Amino acid sequence: MEANRTKEELLERGGKKPVREKAVSEGISITEAGNGETGRRPRRLADVAVPAFDRRAAVKAMEEAVLSRKEEDDSFLAVCKRMFRNNKVAAASAVILVIYVLMILFANVIAPYDPAVVNLMERLQPPSMAHICGTDELGRDIFSRILYGGRVSLLVGLVPTSISMVIGIIMGLLSGYIRGLDALIMRLADIVLAFPSIVLAMVVMYTLGASTFNIFIALSIIGWAGTARIVRSQTLSLREMGFVEAARSMGVSRTKIMARHILPNCLPSLIVLFTLNIPDAILSESNLSFLGVGAQPPDTSWGLMVSQAKGFAISSPWMMIFPSLAILIMVLSLNFLGDGLRDEIDPHLKK
Amino acid sequence: MIKYVTKRILITIPILIGVVYLIFVMLSVVPGDPITVMMGEKVKPDVIENLMERMHLNDPWYVRFVWYIRDALRGDFGESYKLHRSVSSVIANAFPKTLMLAVTAACFSWIIGIPAGILSAVKKNSIIDRLFMGFALCGVSVPAFSVGMLLQNLFNGILPVSGFSSPRHLILPAVVLGWGAAGTIARLTRSSLLEVLEEDYIRTARAKGLMPLRVIVTHALQNSLLPVITMMAIQVSSLLSGAVITETLFSIPGIGRLTVDAINTRDMPLLQGTVIFTTAIIILGNLVADILYSVVDPRIRVEGGK
Repeated sequence: MEANRTKEELLERGGKKPVREKAVSEGISITEAGNGETGRRPRRLADVAVPAFDRRAAVKAMEEAVLSRKEEDDSFLAVCKRMFRNNKVAAASAVILVIYVLMILFANVIAPYDPAVVNLMERLQPPSMAHICGTDELGRDIFSRILYGGRVSLLVGLVPTSISMVIGIIMGLLSGYIRGLDALIMRLADIVLAFPSIVLAMVVMYTLGASTFNIFIALSIIGWAGTARIVRSQTLSLREMGFVEAARSMGVSRTKIMARHILPNCLPSLIVLFTLNIPDAILSESNLSFLGVGAQPPDTSWGLMVSQAKGFAISSPWMMIFPSLAILIMVLSLNFLGDGLRDEIDPHLKK
Repeated sequence: MIKYVTKRILITIPILIGVVYLIFVMLSVVPGDPITVMMGEKVKPDVIENLMERMHLNDPWYVRFVWYIRDALRGDFGESYKLHRSVSSVIANAFPKTLMLAVTAACFSWIIGIPAGILSAVKKNSIIDRLFMGFALCGVSVPAFSVGMLLQNLFNGILPVSGFSSPRHLILPAVVLGWGAAGTIARLTRSSLLEVLEEDYIRTARAKGLMPLRVIVTHALQNSLLPVITMMAIQVSSLLSGAVITETLFSIPGIGRLTVDAINTRDMPLLQGTVIFTTAIIILGNLVADILYSVVDPRIRVEGGK
């Protein structure tokens, strides 16, 4: 519709005076009044001044191009693609992570030994061809245990992070959008954040009893506050934007505005936050296991493996080095990936 | 200024009460009878009754909460079930050790972190920068006790690897505890110095023909260290939580170790006391950080908020 109208307008204007001629005459007049650059400048101006109809079309095309590029900017897949192109470290981390997760998922195929089988004849063996990471004090193969223990560590990384992020998102949206709840929720978050996180986790684990499942609950209780703060601050700025006001004036309900208009705009930073929260959860679980209130045998996790090596740090260092390396690789690649994603999604946050 | 400080102090009071409340409620629902924990299985019923009465255990939990707050305000956190001493005296005994460890660790982290951050910022994207930043990242990507065990292994026979009887015993734990903090400080110093180096007045100083070193020392550092200073106060939190791990690994009888012991022996008053004490110190640290920041950067005060 708009295209038609502009076409008509242009035809009308074009009929009055040919644009090309007008531009040329203007160009010459500029040079005449200017600094004596005769010859060059009018020719250039004349070249640029194509008939008005084409110019409009060009502007339109440009606008479309900009719009479409912007759309590409926002989609998560495009962000990943750009990250792979621009950031070699993050790309390598992503590849390592995929391999790593596959190895852990297919532990039952890859692991050379049963992780639970005790073999006292081969206890505390240093790394060798038979046991590439050595054996522990009960003769269990450390490499196999790392693969199986990775399942617990991976779950502890994913499950509580997901739960705490869902709680944090809901709390953050409510706090940022509904004024009456803001003070209450934020004071609650302040209280949770005031504790040293390990200590609060320890107390929760003490209250609930030590088990792998309760780690999920403990880490979820601690983790939501940080997410809630970030979501709240984003909600506060988004709620003042035109499209939210438009939705509000159209009578869209508060729940729908929060879910359909505000939340999707928070998503990019939430993805980054998610990637960076997983390593935190893995490290917290390690600390809890070290203090004796985390994963309980016969379950095993990387943190538990390192802490079981406590008495053997000097005599059999491989017992603690390899599980530590497992944690290091996982946490490091997640951090690199998170940083890479953040740099692509929000260059302002680049450090 | 006074208005800002008063406001800031008033905000901490409900947080502190909330902290005490949360801990109190969580520990109230723990199954188990405190008398059994305290005296063992075979106790005469009248003794139990007597003790229950004396420790207000017959009252509902909210009455006990009010009692607890009232006593806590007078510095009385009850009596430890296992150690049979007042919790405040146990904490008063343990805290200096944690303080010594934390201060040593903090000094270590500044001595390492600030120069590393400056060097990285000045030689941005060089090998030194990459090396330092990679090191800093690795430091926070493994559990502290992994680093601790590695150091115990490497320095076995050179330095004492556990206990707390001489200053030499402090070296390894302080390094382990300060490690993560050093990484954070190095990263913060680097990014804040890089930001300041972009400013116009730095360009002016360079244009005047000042030596590069002088530009950094007299012009850039002053402003770039502002966030680092407040970071130091906030560090209290990370050092105190880290102390739980470090003290357990190196057998230091500080407040972190006390918390872990209280959990293992199910000593509720002691656990309550240590957790509340630690958290109160952290809240105090944040308060000091905020006030300090408002002193060095008056803009915070004017805007009147966080």
